[in-house]
Amino acid sequence: MKTLNNLRPGQSGVVDRITAEGALKRHFLDMGITKGVVVTMERIAPFGDPIAVRLRGYSLSLRRAEAKKIVLEAGA
Amino acid sequence: MSEKRTIAIIGNPNSGKTTLFNRLTGSNQHVGNWPGVTVDRKTGHVCHDGIGIDIVDLPGIYSLSPYTQEEIIAREYVLSDELDGILNIVDAANIERNLYLTLQLISLGLPMVVALGFMDDVRAQGVEINCDELSKRLGVPVVPISAKKGENIHDLLDGLAHGMRAPAQQPTYLHGVGAAIRRAGDLLRPLPLRECSLPFYAAKLLEGDKALWAKYGGDMPREMREQLDALAEGMHSHANSTDNEMVLADALYDYIEEIVSASYKRPKEHKLTVTERIDAIVLHRVWALPIFAFFMFLMFWTTFGPLGSWLGDGMEYLIQELISPAVRGGLTAIHTQGWLIDLICDGAISGVGGVLSFLPQIVILFFFLSVLEDTGYLARVAFIMDTLLRRIGLSGKSFVPMLMGFGCTTPAVMAARTMENDADRRMTIMLTPFMSCGAKLPVYALVAGALFPTHQGLVVISLYVLGILMGIVAGFILKKTIFRGVSSGFVLELPTYRMPSFKGTVLNMWQKAKDFITRAGTIIFLMSVVIWLLQNFTPMLSVAQDAGESILGVIGTAIAPIFAPLGFGEWQESVALLTGLVAKEAVVSTMSVLYGAGGDSALLSGILSTVFTPLAGYSFLVFTLLYMPCMSAFATIKREMGGWRWAFGAAAFQTVLAYLAAMVIYQVGTLIL
Repeated sequence: MKTLNNLRPGQSGVVDRITAEGALKRHFLDMGITKGVVVTMERIAPFGDPIAVRLRGYSLSLRRAEAKKIVLEAGA
Repeated sequence: MSEKRTIAIIGNPNSGKTTLFNRLTGSNQHVGNWPGVTVDRKTGHVCHDGIGIDIVDLPGIYSLSPYTQEEIIAREYVLSDELDGILNIVDAANIERNLYLTLQLISLGLPMVVALGFMDDVRAQGVEINCDELSKRLGVPVVPISAKKGENIHDLLDGLAHGMRAPAQQPTYLHGVGAAIRRAGDLLRPLPLRECSLPFYAAKLLEGDKALWAKYGGDMPREMREQLDALAEGMHSHANSTDNEMVLADALYDYIEEIVSASYKRPKEHKLTVTERIDAIVLHRVWALPIFAFFMFLMFWTTFGPLGSWLGDGMEYLIQELISPAVRGGLTAIHTQGWLIDLICDGAISGVGGVLSFLPQIVILFFFLSVLEDTGYLARVAFIMDTLLRRIGLSGKSFVPMLMGFGCTTPAVMAARTMENDADRRMTIMLTPFMSCGAKLPVYALVAGALFPTHQGLVVISLYVLGILMGIVAGFILKKTIFRGVSSGFVLELPTYRMPSFKGTVLNMWQKAKDFITRAGTIIFLMSVVIWLLQNFTPMLSVAQDAGESILGVIGTAIAPIFAPLGFGEWQESVALLTGLVAKEAVVSTMSVLYGAGGDSALLSGILSTVFTPLAGYSFLVFTLLYMPCMSAFATIKREMGGWRWAFGAAAFQTVLAYLAAMVIYQVGTLIL
């Protein structure tokens, strides 16, 4: 299963589903992480975590543990 | 006849909301508090074409979900009957995510105007926007503006005064789910809900919004509940999903994509934005840390270095050497009683003055914080430092307040306001005092100099390190107890870099300064007077000849045995620690007075080396490092935590930890040495 956490800087993926629950799921949805949206990995923080991604024309940072809860479509 | 209306201004964080609010209301603002929380409630007033408009600045939010404090405040307010309309500010350069909130606001059915901000940014990207199309699709008026340049602000005011209108259409446009929302809205009609906002209630109840179900679910007839359940069931099974929150968010974003593709014309090639180019350097894997260290050094050095301390000393001079003698002279001239003059000058003026000497540093610090936040760099600080702070249960945003704590706890605690997660903010406030503040340094210098003349530097450094280690330990304790189970997620927008506006920065600094002065004038004034009385009167209420027989001295003598297990059971030390609550550096002056050394530091050093064993002296320093902060910091903590219970709780927590740490060091040290 490929998640947002597997992308390397510069790579993009399409969101398939979210496996987070409760407040985190809500927060993901509110920030525009919904099915079908294209997400590009921008960069990794100096200490290796968190990561910054770009979607819907803005940058969002999240921890790797959180990125693992965003499943990407297989392929590509 | 004059008309009056109340309008709430709502928008995403970083959408230019504050700039627009300042632009609309000028200095005609009032900052208060939302009941029960420490989120600022700003209101302003503007008069346009004879219509008085009160504008309430709601906190920046991404959604009307009931999760963060800001969302709850905003949601309760827009569902109340206090407002007549909504001004929604939308960042044109970040349109999709901003419209997500707009669509939710539309479902409230209130008269509304959308202000489309940062138009110049969009134009620079070569994007063309068809505002009429956008307005038609949304069903509400859309006014393109540039809050910073003041472009079209007049049109916007016209819109607020005359053009507010309820949305022309409701979420029936949402494919697949619109029909379900409308039918649920019809079902809800018998409930005592604002009729125009039924689409909002319907969508949220179908989503399974816990807060709304708790409020209205109980009063619902069984039949209504069953029908709602059936609609909710149908909604997600229709979408091949099990989760209506996701179904609805998908539907909203699908619709937004449609709106945007109809009203936006983007250039074929994506030009790298200024923000992307800056981030490539500022967040570079190698350069990020040195650049960050430089900014932090600059901020710290200006605030607590030569400039800050020069201004602080100037303030102190003004009060102690000019104002205080002038008042004393004036009072003597009108034959005021001697003790009253002392109370006013030595108690009140010097107490308040001591705290006001922090004012220049606070203003400088807030200048930097305001710029860091307004430019968007503060979010990057959190991004860079998150991993390190997460280990102790904090997030990257705690870094700046913690660092400030090494200068002065008072502004550091205020700096924690930049954190939006309430649990993180409270924990940061409770841990900041462990970072050894500047006022404790004279105490270290005196005691370490007297007892460890050859290893003074090492002793002082060890105290700073111990403070940090205790902060980490305290972080673990808090995380396992009162903040248990509060997971501080880290999903944070890295906003577009913006040039901070001069007016906004000055306004922000002035509001912080005013807040601080008000506090110095009330609570600290009162505490200074009380402590002066305790210091100068005996328990029989006659004037104390020396500090030993004053009420404070008696209390010191009474509590002295408590410190025996820590190695310093003399009353002088206890009294010194008590006066340290006024200001930490007072520990030095009190010991000087109580041991009869006058102002002679060499004499005091000599006396201390006979009173303390090195181990007891170190234990005393450890206690000084960790026990509750001075009254200025204490009052700030009370203000920021929103109650005495939190402030006393934090003080007790810190003092108990200080006691345990000093005792362990003294007792274990005695066994080994």
